[in-house]
Amino acid sequence: MTDSTLGESVGAKGTTDIQNAYMAMARTKRMYGGIILIVFIALMVSGFMLADSRNAGGFWDGILNIFKFPGEVLEEASEKAALIPALMWKFLPSMIETINIAAAATLVGGLMAIMLSLLSTRGLARFPRLIAPFRRLMDVLRAIPEIVVALVLIFILGGGPVPAMIAIALHTAGALGKLFSEVNENASLKPLEGLESVGASWSQRMMLGVVPQVAPNWLSYALLRFEINIRASAILGFVGSGGIGYDLKNAFSWGQGRYDEVAAIFILLFLTIVFFDQLSSHYRNKLIGKA
Amino acid sequence: MLHVTSLTKRFGNKSAVDNATFKVAKPAMIGIIGRSGAGKSTLLRMLNRLSDATEGSITFEGAEITTLKGAARREWQSRCAMIFQQFNLVPRMDVVSNVLHGTLNSRSTLSTMFNLYPTSDIHRAIEILDRLGIAGEAPKRAQALSGGQQQRVAIARALMQDPQIILADEPIASLDPMNAQIVMDALRRIHEEDGRMVIANLHTLDTARRYCDRVIGMRDGRIVFDGTPEQLTTGAARDIYGADASFSEESTSTSIETLDRGTKRALREAEAAV
Repeated sequence: MTDSTLGESVGAKGTTDIQNAYMAMARTKRMYGGIILIVFIALMVSGFMLADSRNAGGFWDGILNIFKFPGEVLEEASEKAALIPALMWKFLPSMIETINIAAAATLVGGLMAIMLSLLSTRGLARFPRLIAPFRRLMDVLRAIPEIVVALVLIFILGGGPVPAMIAIALHTAGALGKLFSEVNENASLKPLEGLESVGASWSQRMMLGVVPQVAPNWLSYALLRFEINIRASAILGFVGSGGIGYDLKNAFSWGQGRYDEVAAIFILLFLTIVFFDQLSSHYRNKLIGKA
Repeated sequence: MLHVTSLTKRFGNKSAVDNATFKVAKPAMIGIIGRSGAGKSTLLRMLNRLSDATEGSITFEGAEITTLKGAARREWQSRCAMIFQQFNLVPRMDVVSNVLHGTLNSRSTLSTMFNLYPTSDIHRAIEILDRLGIAGEAPKRAQALSGGQQQRVAIARALMQDPQIILADEPIASLDPMNAQIVMDALRRIHEEDGRMVIANLHTLDTARRYCDRVIGMRDGRIVFDGTPEQLTTGAARDIYGADASFSEESTSTSIETLDRGTKRALREAEAAV
Protein backbone atom coordinates (compact mmCIF):
# COMPACT_ATOMS: atom_id res chain seq x y z
CA MET A 1 0.00 0.00 0.00
CA THR A 2 2.59 2.54 -1.06
CA ASP A 3 1.98 6.01 -2.36
CA SER A 4 3.38 5.13 -5.73
CA THR A 5 0.38 2.94 -6.54
CA LEU A 6 -1.84 5.99 -6.18
CA GLY A 7 0.04 8.12 -8.68
CA GLU A 8 2.50 10.80 -7.74
CA SER A 9 1.81 12.95 -4.73
CA VAL A 10 3.06 16.42 -5.56
CA GLY A 11 4.30 17.14 -2.03
CA ALA A 12 3.55 20.05 0.29
CA LYS A 13 5.09 22.74 -1.91
CA GLY A 14 3.37 21.47 -5.04
CA THR A 15 0.05 21.38 -3.20
CA THR A 16 0.44 25.01 -2.10
CA ASP A 17 1.18 26.01 -5.70
CA ILE A 18 -1.92 24.22 -6.94
CA GLN A 19 -3.99 25.73 -4.16
CA ASN A 20 -2.83 29.24 -5.01
CA ALA A 21 -3.37 28.73 -8.73
CA TYR A 22 -6.85 27.39 -8.13
CA MET A 23 -7.73 30.23 -5.75
CA ALA A 24 -6.62 32.75 -8.37
CA MET A 25 -8.80 31.00 -10.94
CA ALA A 26 -11.74 30.92 -8.55
CA ARG A 27 -11.33 34.64 -7.79
CA THR A 28 -11.35 35.51 -11.49
CA LYS A 29 -14.48 33.42 -11.99
CA ARG A 30 -16.17 35.10 -9.04
CA MET A 31 -15.23 38.53 -10.38
CA TYR A 32 -16.72 37.73 -13.81
CA GLY A 33 -19.82 36.35 -12.12
CA GLY A 34 -20.16 39.53 -10.06
CA ILE A 35 -19.74 41.76 -13.13
CA ILE A 36 -22.38 39.80 -15.06
CA LEU A 37 -24.75 40.08 -12.09
CA ILE A 38 -24.25 43.85 -11.90
CA VAL A 39 -24.79 44.26 -15.66
CA PHE A 40 -27.93 42.14 -15.45
CA ILE A 41 -29.36 44.19 -12.58
CA ALA A 42 -28.47 47.45 -14.35
CA LEU A 43 -30.20 46.28 -17.52
CA MET A 44 -33.32 45.26 -15.60
CA VAL A 45 -33.50 48.58 -13.74
CA SER A 46 -32.85 50.76 -16.79
CA GLY A 47 -35.29 48.72 -18.88
CA PHE A 48 -37.93 49.08 -16.24
CA MET A 49 -37.38 52.83 -15.95
CA LEU A 50 -37.54 53.24 -19.72
CA ALA A 51 -40.75 51.24 -19.93
CA ASP A 52 -42.22 53.22 -17.08
CA SER A 53 -41.42 56.58 -18.69
CA ARG A 54 -42.77 55.53 -22.11
CA ASN A 55 -45.96 53.98 -20.77
CA ALA A 56 -48.77 56.29 -21.92
CA GLY A 57 -51.26 55.64 -19.18
CA GLY A 58 -48.72 55.40 -16.41
CA PHE A 59 -47.61 51.99 -15.24
CA TRP A 60 -48.38 52.54 -11.58
CA ASP A 61 -51.93 53.79 -12.21
CA GLY A 62 -52.64 50.96 -14.62
CA ILE A 63 -51.26 48.14 -12.50
CA LEU A 64 -54.02 48.60 -9.95
CA ASN A 65 -56.65 48.08 -12.66
CA ILE A 66 -55.05 44.95 -14.03
CA PHE A 67 -57.61 42.68 -12.40
CA LYS A 68 -60.56 44.92 -13.19
CA PHE A 69 -61.45 43.47 -16.60
CA PRO A 70 -60.97 39.81 -15.66
CA GLY A 71 -62.95 40.64 -12.53
CA GLU A 72 -65.82 41.98 -14.62
CA VAL A 73 -65.76 38.92 -16.86
CA LEU A 74 -65.69 36.55 -13.90
CA GLU A 75 -68.43 38.42 -12.09
CA GLU A 76 -70.78 38.25 -15.02
CA ALA A 77 -69.80 34.69 -15.85
CA SER A 78 -70.46 33.53 -12.30
CA GLU A 79 -73.90 35.14 -12.38
CA LYS A 80 -74.74 33.17 -15.50
CA ALA A 81 -72.77 30.05 -14.56
CA ALA A 82 -75.72 27.82 -15.33
CA LEU A 83 -75.71 28.91 -18.97
CA ILE A 84 -72.04 28.12 -19.58
CA PRO A 85 -72.31 24.36 -20.35
CA ALA A 86 -74.95 25.09 -22.99
CA LEU A 87 -72.75 27.83 -24.48
CA MET A 88 -69.76 25.50 -24.53
CA TRP A 89 -71.85 22.99 -26.46
CA LYS A 90 -72.88 25.77 -28.85
CA PHE A 91 -69.24 26.74 -29.50
CA LEU A 92 -67.98 23.17 -29.83
CA PRO A 93 -68.28 23.05 -33.65
CA SER A 94 -66.13 26.18 -34.05
CA MET A 95 -63.65 24.77 -31.54
CA ILE A 96 -63.40 21.63 -33.70
CA GLU A 97 -62.83 23.81 -36.75
CA THR A 98 -59.98 25.54 -34.91
CA ILE A 99 -58.47 22.21 -33.88
CA ASN A 100 -58.80 21.06 -37.48
CA ILE A 101 -56.83 24.04 -38.75
CA ALA A 102 -54.16 23.43 -36.10
CA ALA A 103 -53.93 19.69 -36.82
CA ALA A 104 -53.63 20.10 -40.57
CA ALA A 105 -51.07 22.88 -40.12
CA THR A 106 -49.00 20.83 -37.66
CA LEU A 107 -49.04 17.82 -39.96
CA VAL A 108 -48.07 19.72 -43.11
CA GLY A 109 -45.59 21.94 -41.26
CA GLY A 110 -44.13 18.94 -39.43
CA LEU A 111 -43.47 17.05 -42.67
CA MET A 112 -41.80 20.12 -44.14
CA ALA A 113 -39.81 20.50 -40.92
CA ILE A 114 -38.55 16.90 -41.16
CA MET A 115 -37.24 17.48 -44.67
CA LEU A 116 -35.73 20.86 -43.77
CA SER A 117 -34.13 19.55 -40.58
CA LEU A 118 -32.50 16.55 -42.27
CA LEU A 119 -31.20 18.82 -45.02
CA SER A 120 -29.75 21.32 -42.56
CA THR A 121 -28.07 19.10 -39.96
CA ARG A 122 -24.31 18.87 -40.12
CA GLY A 123 -23.20 15.30 -40.70
CA LEU A 124 -26.56 14.20 -42.09
CA ALA A 125 -27.27 16.71 -44.86
CA ARG A 126 -27.70 15.42 -48.43
CA PHE A 127 -26.04 18.57 -49.81
CA PRO A 128 -23.62 19.88 -47.16
CA ARG A 129 -23.09 23.10 -49.12
CA LEU A 130 -26.79 23.92 -48.91
CA ILE A 131 -26.98 23.70 -45.10
CA ALA A 132 -26.70 27.48 -44.68
CA PRO A 133 -29.38 28.34 -47.30
CA PHE A 134 -31.81 25.85 -45.76
CA ARG A 135 -31.14 27.30 -42.32
CA ARG A 136 -31.77 30.84 -43.56
CA LEU A 137 -34.98 29.63 -45.20
CA MET A 138 -36.14 28.34 -41.80
CA ASP A 139 -35.12 31.65 -40.19
CA VAL A 140 -37.32 33.48 -42.70
CA LEU A 141 -40.24 31.15 -42.04
CA ARG A 142 -39.89 31.78 -38.31
CA ALA A 143 -39.31 35.50 -38.59
CA ILE A 144 -42.54 36.40 -40.41
CA PRO A 145 -45.44 36.45 -37.94
CA GLU A 146 -48.12 34.01 -39.01
CA ILE A 147 -50.77 36.73 -38.70
CA VAL A 148 -49.01 38.72 -41.46
CA VAL A 149 -48.91 35.67 -43.77
CA ALA A 150 -52.56 34.97 -42.95
CA LEU A 151 -53.62 38.56 -43.73
CA VAL A 152 -51.82 38.49 -47.10
CA LEU A 153 -53.30 35.10 -47.97
CA ILE A 154 -56.80 36.16 -46.87
CA PHE A 155 -56.44 39.18 -49.14
CA ILE A 156 -55.52 36.91 -52.07
CA LEU A 157 -57.60 33.79 -51.39
CA GLY A 158 -60.46 35.25 -49.41
CA GLY A 159 -61.43 34.46 -45.81
CA GLY A 160 -61.67 30.88 -44.49
CA PRO A 161 -59.64 28.18 -42.83
CA VAL A 162 -57.22 27.42 -45.70
CA PRO A 163 -55.16 30.65 -45.52
CA ALA A 164 -54.86 30.25 -41.74
CA MET A 165 -53.73 26.65 -42.19
CA ILE A 166 -51.05 27.64 -44.73
CA ALA A 167 -49.84 30.51 -42.55
CA ILE A 168 -49.50 28.34 -39.45
CA ALA A 169 -47.93 25.48 -41.42
CA LEU A 170 -45.20 27.77 -42.77
CA HIS A 171 -44.36 29.07 -39.31
CA THR A 172 -44.43 25.51 -37.92
CA ALA A 173 -42.01 24.32 -40.62
CA GLY A 174 -39.49 26.96 -39.57
CA ALA A 175 -39.89 26.52 -35.83
CA LEU A 176 -40.01 22.73 -35.76
CA GLY A 177 -37.27 22.46 -38.39
CA LYS A 178 -34.83 24.16 -36.04
CA LEU A 179 -35.83 22.03 -33.05
CA PHE A 180 -35.76 18.81 -35.11
CA SER A 181 -32.34 19.68 -36.46
CA GLU A 182 -31.01 20.11 -32.91
CA VAL A 183 -32.45 16.69 -32.03
CA ASN A 184 -30.80 15.22 -35.13
CA GLU A 185 -27.42 16.56 -34.07
CA ASN A 186 -27.56 14.32 -31.01
CA ALA A 187 -28.33 11.19 -33.01
CA SER A 188 -25.54 8.63 -33.13
CA LEU A 189 -23.85 8.33 -36.52
CA LYS A 190 -22.84 4.70 -35.96
CA PRO A 191 -26.11 3.14 -37.18
CA LEU A 192 -25.83 5.37 -40.26
CA GLU A 193 -22.36 4.06 -40.96
CA GLY A 194 -23.74 0.56 -40.56
CA LEU A 195 -26.48 1.25 -43.11
CA GLU A 196 -24.03 2.97 -45.46
CA SER A 197 -21.81 -0.12 -45.35
CA VAL A 198 -24.62 -2.23 -46.80
CA GLY A 199 -25.17 0.22 -49.66
CA ALA A 200 -28.25 2.14 -48.46
CA SER A 201 -29.29 5.36 -50.19
CA TRP A 202 -29.49 8.70 -48.35
CA SER A 203 -33.27 8.48 -47.92
CA GLN A 204 -32.99 4.92 -46.66
CA ARG A 205 -30.31 5.93 -44.19
CA MET A 206 -32.43 8.80 -42.91
CA MET A 207 -35.66 6.80 -42.66
CA LEU A 208 -34.14 3.67 -41.14
CA GLY A 209 -31.12 5.07 -39.29
CA VAL A 210 -32.05 8.51 -38.01
CA VAL A 211 -35.84 8.45 -37.61
CA PRO A 212 -35.96 5.53 -35.12
CA GLN A 213 -33.45 7.37 -32.91
CA VAL A 214 -35.11 10.77 -32.96
CA ALA A 215 -38.82 9.95 -33.36
CA PRO A 216 -39.76 10.25 -29.66
CA ASN A 217 -38.22 13.71 -29.37
CA TRP A 218 -39.66 14.80 -32.69
CA LEU A 219 -43.07 13.67 -31.57
CA SER A 220 -42.91 15.51 -28.27
CA TYR A 221 -41.82 18.75 -29.99
CA ALA A 222 -44.52 18.30 -32.64
CA LEU A 223 -47.21 17.77 -30.00
CA LEU A 224 -46.05 20.87 -28.12
CA ARG A 225 -46.23 22.74 -31.43
CA PHE A 226 -49.75 21.37 -31.93
CA GLU A 227 -50.82 22.98 -28.66
CA ILE A 228 -49.23 26.27 -29.68
CA ASN A 229 -50.95 26.01 -33.07
CA ILE A 230 -54.37 25.54 -31.48
CA ARG A 231 -53.87 28.89 -29.79
CA ALA A 232 -52.44 30.43 -32.96
CA SER A 233 -55.38 29.29 -35.05
CA ALA A 234 -57.74 30.71 -32.42
CA ILE A 235 -55.99 34.07 -32.74
CA LEU A 236 -56.16 33.96 -36.54
CA GLY A 237 -59.94 33.72 -36.16
CA PHE A 238 -59.78 37.37 -35.12
CA VAL A 239 -58.69 38.35 -38.65
CA GLY A 240 -61.34 36.32 -40.41
CA SER A 241 -60.31 32.69 -40.76
CA GLY A 242 -63.25 31.30 -38.82
CA GLY A 243 -63.16 28.95 -35.88
CA ILE A 244 -63.34 29.75 -32.18
CA GLY A 245 -61.36 33.00 -32.58
CA TYR A 246 -64.16 34.56 -34.64
CA ASP A 247 -66.68 33.78 -31.90
CA LEU A 248 -64.31 35.08 -29.25
CA LYS A 249 -63.84 38.35 -31.11
CA ASN A 250 -67.61 38.75 -31.45
CA ALA A 251 -68.20 37.99 -27.78
CA PHE A 252 -65.52 40.51 -26.78
CA SER A 253 -66.66 43.28 -29.07
CA TRP A 254 -70.29 43.01 -28.02
CA GLY A 255 -68.94 43.88 -24.58
CA GLN A 256 -70.88 43.52 -21.39
CA GLY A 257 -73.76 41.08 -21.52
CA ARG A 258 -71.73 38.54 -23.54
CA TYR A 259 -68.98 37.86 -21.01
CA ASP A 260 -70.54 34.48 -20.22
CA GLU A 261 -69.71 33.55 -23.81
CA VAL A 262 -66.13 34.78 -23.34
CA ALA A 263 -65.83 32.63 -20.21
CA ALA A 264 -67.30 29.62 -22.01
CA ILE A 265 -64.83 29.98 -24.88
CA PHE A 266 -61.85 30.29 -22.51
CA ILE A 267 -62.92 27.22 -20.56
CA LEU A 268 -63.33 25.33 -23.84
CA LEU A 269 -59.84 26.39 -24.97
CA PHE A 270 -58.34 25.43 -21.60
CA LEU A 271 -60.00 22.01 -21.62
CA THR A 272 -58.84 21.40 -25.18
CA ILE A 273 -55.23 22.21 -24.30
CA VAL A 274 -55.38 19.99 -21.20
CA PHE A 275 -56.90 17.17 -23.26
CA PHE A 276 -54.21 17.30 -25.91
CA ASP A 277 -51.46 17.65 -23.31
CA GLN A 278 -52.63 14.45 -21.61
CA LEU A 279 -53.04 12.70 -24.95
CA SER A 280 -49.56 13.71 -26.10
CA SER A 281 -47.77 12.62 -22.93
CA HIS A 282 -49.62 9.29 -23.08
CA TYR A 283 -48.55 8.56 -26.64
CA ARG A 284 -45.04 9.84 -26.11
CA ASN A 285 -44.56 7.49 -23.16
CA LYS A 286 -45.92 4.66 -25.27
CA LEU A 287 -43.49 5.44 -28.06
CA ILE A 288 -40.40 5.50 -25.87
CA GLY A 289 -41.52 2.24 -24.24
CA LYS A 290 -42.46 3.43 -20.77
CA ALA A 291 -45.64 1.98 -19.27
CA MET B 1 -22.04 0.38 15.58
CA LEU B 2 -24.10 -0.48 12.50
CA HIS B 3 -27.02 -2.87 12.96
CA VAL B 4 -29.13 -4.00 10.03
CA THR B 5 -32.16 -6.01 11.11
CA SER B 6 -34.61 -7.88 8.84
CA LEU B 7 -34.15 -5.27 6.13
CA THR B 8 -36.48 -5.93 3.20
CA LYS B 9 -37.13 -4.11 -0.06
CA ARG B 10 -39.94 -5.19 -2.37
CA PHE B 11 -40.65 -3.99 -5.87
CA GLY B 12 -44.21 -5.13 -6.54
CA ASN B 13 -44.25 -8.71 -5.28
CA LYS B 14 -40.57 -9.31 -6.01
CA SER B 15 -38.10 -8.96 -3.15
CA ALA B 16 -34.87 -7.24 -4.11
CA VAL B 17 -33.53 -7.52 -0.58
CA ASP B 18 -35.12 -10.17 1.60
CA ASN B 19 -34.80 -10.13 5.38
CA ALA B 20 -31.15 -9.03 5.49
CA THR B 21 -29.60 -9.02 8.96
CA PHE B 22 -26.01 -8.24 9.96
CA LYS B 23 -24.08 -6.34 12.59
CA VAL B 24 -20.86 -4.41 12.36
CA ALA B 25 -19.26 -3.79 15.75
CA LYS B 26 -16.28 -1.67 14.72
CA PRO B 27 -15.09 0.09 11.56
CA ALA B 28 -14.13 -2.61 9.07
CA MET B 29 -13.69 -3.06 5.37
CA ILE B 30 -16.62 -5.16 4.23
CA GLY B 31 -17.13 -6.60 0.76
CA ILE B 32 -20.56 -7.62 -0.48
CA ILE B 33 -20.45 -10.14 -3.32
CA GLY B 34 -23.07 -11.83 -5.42
CA ARG B 35 -24.45 -12.08 -8.93
CA SER B 36 -25.93 -9.01 -10.60
CA GLY B 37 -29.50 -8.69 -9.43
CA ALA B 38 -28.70 -10.26 -6.04
CA GLY B 39 -29.73 -7.04 -4.25
CA LYS B 40 -26.29 -5.65 -3.43
CA SER B 41 -26.97 -2.21 -4.88
CA THR B 42 -30.43 -2.02 -3.34
CA LEU B 43 -28.95 -2.80 0.08
CA LEU B 44 -26.37 -0.02 -0.23
CA ARG B 45 -28.94 2.44 -1.54
CA MET B 46 -31.11 1.73 1.51
CA LEU B 47 -28.16 2.30 3.84
CA ASN B 48 -27.56 5.71 2.24
CA ARG B 49 -31.33 6.35 2.20
CA LEU B 50 -31.33 6.90 -1.54
CA SER B 51 -34.26 4.49 -1.49
CA ASP B 52 -36.63 3.58 1.31
CA ALA B 53 -36.80 0.18 2.97
CA THR B 54 -40.11 -1.68 2.81
CA GLU B 55 -39.55 -3.34 6.18
CA GLY B 56 -36.88 -3.75 8.82
CA SER B 57 -34.52 -1.34 10.50
CA ILE B 58 -31.04 0.13 10.23
CA THR B 59 -29.49 1.60 13.35
CA PHE B 60 -26.19 3.44 13.53
CA GLU B 61 -24.76 4.06 17.00
CA GLY B 62 -28.20 3.40 18.40
CA ALA B 63 -30.07 5.86 16.17
CA GLU B 64 -32.72 4.57 13.75
CA ILE B 65 -31.88 5.46 10.16
CA THR B 66 -34.81 4.13 8.13
CA THR B 67 -37.34 6.60 9.54
CA LEU B 68 -35.25 9.77 9.09
CA LYS B 69 -36.96 12.48 7.05
CA GLY B 70 -36.05 15.80 5.43
CA ALA B 71 -33.06 17.59 6.96
CA ALA B 72 -32.27 14.69 9.32
CA ARG B 73 -32.12 12.31 6.36
CA ARG B 74 -29.81 14.65 4.44
CA GLU B 75 -27.63 15.00 7.55
CA TRP B 76 -27.33 11.20 7.68
CA GLN B 77 -26.42 11.11 4.00
CA SER B 78 -23.62 13.60 4.67
CA ARG B 79 -22.20 11.21 7.29
CA CYS B 80 -22.56 8.17 5.04
CA ALA B 81 -20.79 8.81 1.75
CA MET B 82 -21.61 6.91 -1.44
CA ILE B 83 -19.37 6.06 -4.38
CA PHE B 84 -21.02 4.89 -7.61
CA GLN B 85 -20.05 2.57 -10.44
CA GLN B 86 -20.40 5.36 -13.01
CA PHE B 87 -18.75 7.95 -10.69
CA ASN B 88 -21.83 10.26 -10.83
CA LEU B 89 -19.84 13.48 -10.98
CA VAL B 90 -21.09 16.68 -12.60
CA PRO B 91 -19.20 16.40 -15.91
CA ARG B 92 -19.04 20.07 -16.86
CA MET B 93 -17.77 21.35 -13.49
CA ASP B 94 -14.12 21.37 -12.49
CA VAL B 95 -12.59 18.69 -10.29
CA VAL B 96 -12.29 20.86 -7.16
CA SER B 97 -15.93 22.00 -7.41
CA ASN B 98 -16.97 18.36 -7.67
CA VAL B 99 -14.97 17.55 -4.54
CA LEU B 100 -16.45 20.59 -2.75
CA HIS B 101 -19.91 19.14 -3.37
CA GLY B 102 -19.05 16.92 -0.39
CA THR B 103 -19.69 19.92 1.87
CA LEU B 104 -23.11 20.81 0.42
CA ASN B 105 -25.00 19.57 3.46
CA SER B 106 -23.28 22.01 5.81
CA ARG B 107 -23.38 25.08 3.53
CA SER B 108 -26.23 27.40 2.60
CA THR B 109 -28.02 26.79 -0.71
CA LEU B 110 -27.51 30.37 -1.90
CA SER B 111 -23.73 30.51 -1.52
CA THR B 112 -23.22 27.08 -3.08
CA MET B 113 -25.42 28.04 -6.04
CA PHE B 114 -22.93 30.80 -6.84
CA ASN B 115 -20.07 28.37 -6.24
CA LEU B 116 -18.81 30.33 -3.21
CA TYR B 117 -16.92 28.07 -0.82
CA PRO B 118 -14.64 29.05 2.09
CA THR B 119 -10.94 29.18 1.17
CA SER B 120 -10.16 26.60 3.86
CA ASP B 121 -12.52 24.14 2.20
CA ILE B 122 -10.92 24.70 -1.19
CA HIS B 123 -7.48 24.09 0.34
CA ARG B 124 -8.69 20.92 2.04
CA ALA B 125 -10.24 19.67 -1.22
CA ILE B 126 -6.91 20.05 -3.00
CA GLU B 127 -5.09 18.32 -0.14
CA ILE B 128 -7.49 15.38 -0.42
CA LEU B 129 -6.90 15.29 -4.18
CA ASP B 130 -3.16 15.27 -3.52
CA ARG B 131 -3.58 12.38 -1.12
CA LEU B 132 -5.24 10.45 -3.95
CA GLY B 133 -2.51 11.51 -6.37
CA ILE B 134 -4.60 13.67 -8.71
CA ALA B 135 -3.99 17.21 -7.39
CA GLY B 136 -2.56 18.09 -10.81
CA GLU B 137 -6.00 17.65 -12.38
CA ALA B 138 -7.63 20.13 -9.96
CA PRO B 139 -8.67 22.87 -12.43
CA LYS B 140 -9.80 20.50 -15.21
CA ARG B 141 -13.38 19.64 -15.98
CA ALA B 142 -14.45 16.28 -14.55
CA GLN B 143 -15.43 15.01 -18.01
CA ALA B 144 -11.87 15.49 -19.27
CA LEU B 145 -10.53 12.86 -16.84
CA SER B 146 -10.10 9.14 -17.39
CA GLY B 147 -12.40 6.68 -15.64
CA GLY B 148 -9.88 5.84 -12.93
CA GLN B 149 -9.20 9.51 -12.23
CA GLN B 150 -12.92 10.29 -12.14
CA GLN B 151 -13.48 7.52 -9.61
CA ARG B 152 -10.70 9.00 -7.45
CA VAL B 153 -12.46 12.40 -7.68
CA ALA B 154 -15.60 10.63 -6.47
CA ILE B 155 -13.63 9.18 -3.56
CA ALA B 156 -12.27 12.66 -2.82
CA ARG B 157 -15.84 13.98 -2.76
CA ALA B 158 -16.71 11.23 -0.29
CA LEU B 159 -13.69 12.10 1.89
CA MET B 160 -14.67 15.79 1.79
CA GLN B 161 -17.87 14.75 3.56
CA ASP B 162 -15.67 13.46 6.41
CA PRO B 163 -18.05 10.50 6.70
CA GLN B 164 -18.13 7.67 9.23
CA ILE B 165 -19.19 5.19 6.58
CA ILE B 166 -18.18 5.02 2.94
CA LEU B 167 -20.46 2.95 0.73
CA ALA B 168 -19.02 1.94 -2.62
CA ASP B 169 -21.40 0.51 -5.23
CA GLU B 170 -19.29 -1.49 -7.69
CA PRO B 171 -16.49 1.11 -7.53
CA ILE B 172 -14.25 -0.75 -9.97
CA ALA B 173 -16.73 -2.39 -12.34
CA SER B 174 -16.16 0.18 -15.11
CA LEU B 175 -12.40 0.37 -14.70
CA ASP B 176 -9.50 -1.48 -16.26
CA PRO B 177 -7.44 -3.76 -13.96
CA MET B 178 -4.69 -1.18 -13.33
CA ASN B 179 -7.14 1.57 -12.30
CA ALA B 180 -9.23 -0.93 -10.37
CA GLN B 181 -6.19 -1.71 -8.26
CA ILE B 182 -5.44 1.98 -7.64
CA VAL B 183 -9.04 2.66 -6.57
CA MET B 184 -9.21 -0.40 -4.29
CA ASP B 185 -5.84 0.51 -2.75
CA ALA B 186 -7.17 4.00 -2.07
CA LEU B 187 -10.30 2.64 -0.38
CA ARG B 188 -8.23 0.24 1.73
CA ARG B 189 -5.88 3.04 2.74
CA ILE B 190 -8.77 5.28 3.75
CA HIS B 191 -10.06 2.48 5.95
CA GLU B 192 -6.66 1.81 7.54
CA GLU B 193 -5.44 5.38 8.01
CA ASP B 194 -8.70 7.17 8.84
CA GLY B 195 -10.48 4.28 10.55
CA ARG B 196 -13.63 4.77 8.47
CA MET B 197 -16.03 1.93 7.80
CA VAL B 198 -16.01 0.94 4.12
CA ILE B 199 -18.75 -1.22 2.62
CA ALA B 200 -18.12 -2.11 -1.01
CA ASN B 201 -20.19 -4.06 -3.50
CA LEU B 202 -17.77 -6.11 -5.52
CA HIS B 203 -18.39 -8.37 -8.46
CA THR B 204 -15.07 -10.17 -8.26
CA LEU B 205 -14.15 -12.73 -5.64
CA ASP B 206 -10.43 -12.11 -5.60
CA THR B 207 -10.87 -8.38 -4.92
CA ALA B 208 -13.09 -9.20 -1.96
CA ARG B 209 -10.52 -11.74 -0.69
CA ARG B 210 -7.60 -9.42 -1.12
CA TYR B 211 -8.96 -6.18 0.33
CA CYS B 212 -11.74 -7.01 2.77
CA ASP B 213 -11.74 -8.02 6.45
CA ARG B 214 -15.17 -9.51 6.09
CA VAL B 215 -17.21 -10.77 3.16
CA ILE B 216 -20.99 -10.89 2.90
CA GLY B 217 -22.46 -13.02 0.12
CA MET B 218 -25.90 -12.33 -1.28
CA ARG B 219 -28.08 -14.47 -3.49
CA ASP B 220 -31.58 -13.55 -4.69
CA GLY B 221 -31.86 -10.84 -2.03
CA ARG B 222 -30.86 -13.04 0.90
CA ILE B 223 -27.61 -13.02 2.81
CA VAL B 224 -26.20 -16.53 2.30
CA PHE B 225 -22.65 -16.01 3.52
CA ASP B 226 -21.10 -13.84 6.21
CA GLY B 227 -17.56 -14.48 7.31
CA THR B 228 -13.87 -13.83 6.86
CA PRO B 229 -12.16 -14.14 3.46
CA GLU B 230 -10.53 -17.37 4.72
CA GLN B 231 -13.92 -18.94 5.31
CA LEU B 232 -14.91 -18.13 1.73
CA THR B 233 -14.02 -21.44 0.10
CA THR B 234 -14.64 -22.27 -3.53
CA GLY B 235 -17.65 -24.28 -2.40
CA ALA B 236 -19.09 -21.29 -0.53
CA ALA B 237 -18.45 -19.09 -3.56
CA ARG B 238 -20.29 -21.54 -5.82
CA ASP B 239 -23.21 -21.33 -3.42
CA ILE B 240 -23.26 -17.55 -3.55
CA TYR B 241 -23.12 -17.41 -7.33
CA GLY B 242 -25.45 -20.38 -7.76
CA ALA B 243 -22.93 -22.03 -10.05
CA ASP B 244 -22.14 -25.67 -10.65
CA ALA B 245 -18.78 -27.47 -10.54
CA SER B 246 -17.61 -25.85 -13.78
CA PHE B 247 -17.49 -22.50 -11.97
CA SER B 248 -13.98 -21.10 -11.88
CA GLU B 249 -12.87 -18.12 -9.84
CA GLU B 250 -10.91 -16.79 -12.72
CA SER B 251 -14.13 -16.11 -14.58
CA THR B 252 -15.03 -13.45 -12.02
CA SER B 253 -11.57 -12.01 -11.76
CA THR B 254 -10.27 -8.69 -13.01
CA SER B 255 -6.87 -8.60 -11.39
CA ILE B 256 -3.93 -8.62 -13.73
CA GLU B 257 -2.22 -11.81 -12.55
CA THR B 258 -5.29 -14.06 -12.52
CA LEU B 259 -6.50 -12.58 -15.79
CA ASP B 260 -3.16 -13.47 -17.26
CA ARG B 261 -3.45 -17.04 -16.06
CA GLY B 262 -6.98 -17.27 -17.41
CA THR B 263 -5.96 -16.05 -20.85
CA LYS B 264 -3.03 -18.45 -20.98
CA ARG B 265 -5.29 -21.36 -20.13
CA ALA B 266 -7.83 -20.25 -22.73
CA LEU B 267 -5.03 -20.05 -25.28
CA ARG B 268 -3.86 -23.56 -24.38
CA GLU B 269 -7.39 -24.85 -24.73
CA ALA B 270 -7.76 -23.12 -28.07
CA GLU B 271 -4.51 -24.65 -29.26
CA ALA B 272 -5.59 -28.08 -28.08
CA ALA B 273 -8.86 -27.74 -29.96
CA VAL B 274 -6.98 -26.94 -33.17
